Amino acid sequence: MRFARQVLVIAAKDLRAEIRTKEAINASAAFALVILLLLSFAFDLDPDTNREIASGLLWLVFAFAGTLLLNRSFARELPNDCLDALVAAPIPGSALFIGKALANYVLLLAIELLSLVVFGIFYNVRWTVQFGQLMIVLALGTWALTIMGTIFSALTVNIRLREVMLPILIYPFLVPALMAAIQLTLGLMKGKPIGPDTASWLPMLIGFDLIYTAVSVVLVENVLVG
Amino acid sequence: MSAVAIEGVWKYYGDFPALRDICLEAETGSCLALIGRNGAGKTTLLRIVAGFSRPGKGQVRILGTPPRETATRRNIGFLGHGIAVYDELSAIENLTLYAKLYGLDRPRQKALEWLEHTGLERVRDGLVREFSRGMRQRLAVARAFLHDPSVLLLDEPFTALDDRAIAVLQRLLREGLAQGKTIVMSTHQLREALELASHVALLNRGQVAFHGPCTPEMASDPGLVYARYGEG
Repeated sequence: MRFARQVLVIAAKDLRAEIRTKEAINASAAFALVILLLLSFAFDLDPDTNREIASGLLWLVFAFAGTLLLNRSFARELPNDCLDALVAAPIPGSALFIGKALANYVLLLAIELLSLVVFGIFYNVRWTVQFGQLMIVLALGTWALTIMGTIFSALTVNIRLREVMLPILIYPFLVPALMAAIQLTLGLMKGKPIGPDTASWLPMLIGFDLIYTAVSVVLVENVLVG
Repeated sequence: MSAVAIEGVWKYYGDFPALRDICLEAETGSCLALIGRNGAGKTTLLRIVAGFSRPGKGQVRILGTPPRETATRRNIGFLGHGIAVYDELSAIENLTLYAKLYGLDRPRQKALEWLEHTGLERVRDGLVREFSRGMRQRLAVARAFLHDPSVLLLDEPFTALDDRAIAVLQRLLREGLAQGKTIVMSTHQLREALELASHVALLNRGQVAFHGPCTPEMASDPGLVYARYGEG
């Protein structure tokens, strides 16, 4: 119970700070929307082709926009040495990490939902046909992005070129999760539910989330205390 | 039992030993002033004592336990170079956040009390980014003292403080010492530090060059320790 409360305190602090400054969310949302709009103007494709490329396009946009957002996660603690005060507080590193990941998750999901709405309008794709299943895939895929981005944000926080290093480090790790999310979303965008041909990707995505969450929780204390 | 015990601590940055076999103790209720030139290793040592960094060799005990233990951290107050408060939150939000993280009862009430102690009650809802430097420093002092720690670790606490903030900090440190709190502070402001210190340790190139009680002649002539034991 105490752990849950500590997680919520950290998450609420991060969300409040981000909502006030809008530093990361503005950059991330603007990037996602501009890419979607530019590609819709650059390739005048028919609706069938749009549905075919939708999942790959969306997940790449989510991954790129996500790194812009996740980069700020621990970097926002650097001014005034706030990270020291958090590390000094009597809370486990895992509570700090999960709290930050939770705040990032909420922000990234908000950007993804906004991107989906814009995508539906500009690409003329009805993405709401399998709404429930799409939300499940979105939730699982976003957690994979968030957990990797948050732990690597902690790892690179003191590196001068962290904006460059974060994407270089996380994309190779994210390949299995992105592949699973893209394969699962492909059918859903065509209006087909998850069937026997794609169902095997679901346990892979869930497994990725569980394994990397567990590994991150175990390692975060060593990452934070040098 | 010493409140703070530093036993044979070494710290390397690459191959360079920033700290070499540091052994220091601070008894409960004492005030140890860590002095030394820039780069002597004061901040590195304080960060290890606070549990932000691990020593290469040796160990640190705070009240008999390692500094990374959760219960130990509850007893440590750290005031570093940065003020460790969030610019985008208000004064009351900052202190309430830390009160919650330290598991204090009635966190908002506690935060209000400390805003009053530090003379910031009238700007409690103002965002920190709108504060003057002195107000920010007083808020940082409130943050460090909020959870009533028994061991205070202060890194250059008087640097860049305005007169009012220095007065607030000195009053709180005197009250803390009277209540039996232990203080370890690194400083360049010898006069302010030696007024409070019961013991002095001089660090020179990562080694302890002198450690002993603060004598009246040291307090009256702050350069004495450097002249006798330092590089001159």
